[in-house]
Amino acid sequence: MREYLVNIYYNILRPIFKNKRALVGFTILMGFVVMAVVGPMVVPLNLKTNWKERFKPPSLEHPLGTDYGGRDIFQQIVHGSRDVLLIAALSALFAILLAVTIGITSGFLGGVADVVLMGITDIFLTIPSFPVMMAIAAVLKVRDPFSFAAVISMWMWAGLARSIRAEVLSLKQKEFIEAAKILGLGTFHIVFREIMPNIMPYIAINFITMMRAAITASVGIMFLGIVPFKITHWGVMLNLAMFQYGAVYVPEGVHYALAPLLCIVLLEYGAVSLSHGLEEIFNPRLKTYE
Amino acid sequence: MVSWRIPKRIVYSFFTLLASASITFYMVHNIPGDVLDVMAAQLSESMGIPFEEAKKIAYTYYIGYDPNKPLLERYIEYLANLFSGNLGYSLMFRVSVNEIIVQALPWTLFVLSISLLVSFAIGTVLGLIIAWRRRTVLEPIVTAYASFTDAMPDFVTAVLLYMFLAVRMGWFPMKGAYDETLTPGFYPAFIFSVLYHATLPILSYVVEHIGFWALLVKGSAASVLEEDFVKAAEARGLPERRILITYVGRVAILPVVVMLAIQLGVMLGGSTIIETVFSYPGIGYFFTVATTNLDYGLMQGLFFIIIAGIIIANLVVDVIYPFIDPRARREAAR
Repeated sequence: MREYLVNIYYNILRPIFKNKRALVGFTILMGFVVMAVVGPMVVPLNLKTNWKERFKPPSLEHPLGTDYGGRDIFQQIVHGSRDVLLIAALSALFAILLAVTIGITSGFLGGVADVVLMGITDIFLTIPSFPVMMAIAAVLKVRDPFSFAAVISMWMWAGLARSIRAEVLSLKQKEFIEAAKILGLGTFHIVFREIMPNIMPYIAINFITMMRAAITASVGIMFLGIVPFKITHWGVMLNLAMFQYGAVYVPEGVHYALAPLLCIVLLEYGAVSLSHGLEEIFNPRLKTYE
Repeated sequence: MVSWRIPKRIVYSFFTLLASASITFYMVHNIPGDVLDVMAAQLSESMGIPFEEAKKIAYTYYIGYDPNKPLLERYIEYLANLFSGNLGYSLMFRVSVNEIIVQALPWTLFVLSISLLVSFAIGTVLGLIIAWRRRTVLEPIVTAYASFTDAMPDFVTAVLLYMFLAVRMGWFPMKGAYDETLTPGFYPAFIFSVLYHATLPILSYVVEHIGFWALLVKGSAASVLEEDFVKAAEARGLPERRILITYVGRVAILPVVVMLAIQLGVMLGGSTIIETVFSYPGIGYFFTVATTNLDYGLMQGLFFIIIAGIIIANLVVDVIYPFIDPRARREAAR
């Protein structure tokens, strides 16, 4: 166990701390994770409307001001971050599982299976993801994070599956796989012990990029008001500010829309920086371009 | 040697179209039956025909199949109806989806084509310049801009532009595609009004996509700059402008052109958000309205048109690309 942790430190954490970009992204993301995990336990949530306090600017009492109902925006942001991150992480996880399964199967088996699987993948790649997610989420009347993540991941795995297949195809030509085959090691061993470790960094980077894509998609869909969730979700807050309570039309209400917007940009900026940084760490060839 | 590339692409496009038609079939399946019965009752009254007959007409007109048949037959009937050009009926607007598309599609195409061209043009120029002059202030600025807009989802850009330029400053109109008091026609005031209303939607797309194009072209140009013919051109003492445009630009832009179709698809998907924010009456706006109100008939028709558009754009690029890039021609012939 101890050895395992030491390995994680030397192979993952230390390179991240050395790479400026990755460190910035990592810090931002960790900040949001702490906010999502610990935040709701520390910050109380009071959703009782208090019309006298409507659209108050940021102050000591309300760090981000109050919304159309006089409720504290900071509390809502903190409590909403949990759902935002949960949906993003679940979507990325589901999509990675799908992509890895299909990519490895397709690349490893080859032949008819490969043609059929890649044909399906191409179809998923061509159909524009955002309108499909919107439509399916609406038709299925999605109301909980799990099914929402399932809908989103269905339209995110295809690109990764394609590149994993390509990676597997090139790995298949390598000597160590040849050797494993000659040694008579089973398919299971070759896939999980020989191929998987080689595509792991790649998967880690894609997990971050997919989380980001899932944030864009899920918040976008909620922003349009298609999946009504808790009112603390950032997408729903934006929807309320933009389409329902007209916060964007009054000068006092601007901060109600700005708070979730800035959080989304910061969160996504963190994800972009971390994934670029990881790419530089694991793919040193890229560094020459910088 | 006959190239199988194009027939293959066509078969594949057909399958993609079929897959999307299956998704829309699933949407239509969710239209509640009682709504259709009400429509049939109205129809039988207004036309003076028996209810059963009216029901039949209503079903073929509104959903494109007879719900009493087995699933496979319904599916085939639905497909036949869809591919013959009947895209369904909107229960919310009480008109056929085809009518809505005829009104909405020109606006979307207008905004998208201008946005695509403008962002492509600006991005390409920036990309070429930063690839050529590596050690200038421009390079870090463009790179930072690109990663910043990359982290900014399109709804953020759209809402910010809307909130500050349209609402706060009042510099731009808040909704619509043209001034409602004007009658549409080809005269300066109307054309100006159309451009004026389209400015912010176009700006949203352009702000979002310049960075993408700049980095793409930069990457492509960086590899071209290593080529011998560029060094030879430099050695011959040709002016920088000429090297950059005729020698590097022409070669570097070609592979990027393929991305135009893909980006068009991305933008069409984004149009649902951007058109909704600016209440711009294009395909994306109506799609959002249909989805939030669960108008399945309108949803499936618009969805099908969006996907058909993307498939056609991809196919066109695939077919014409070998004609513009000799390298791809050689590869295709192999």
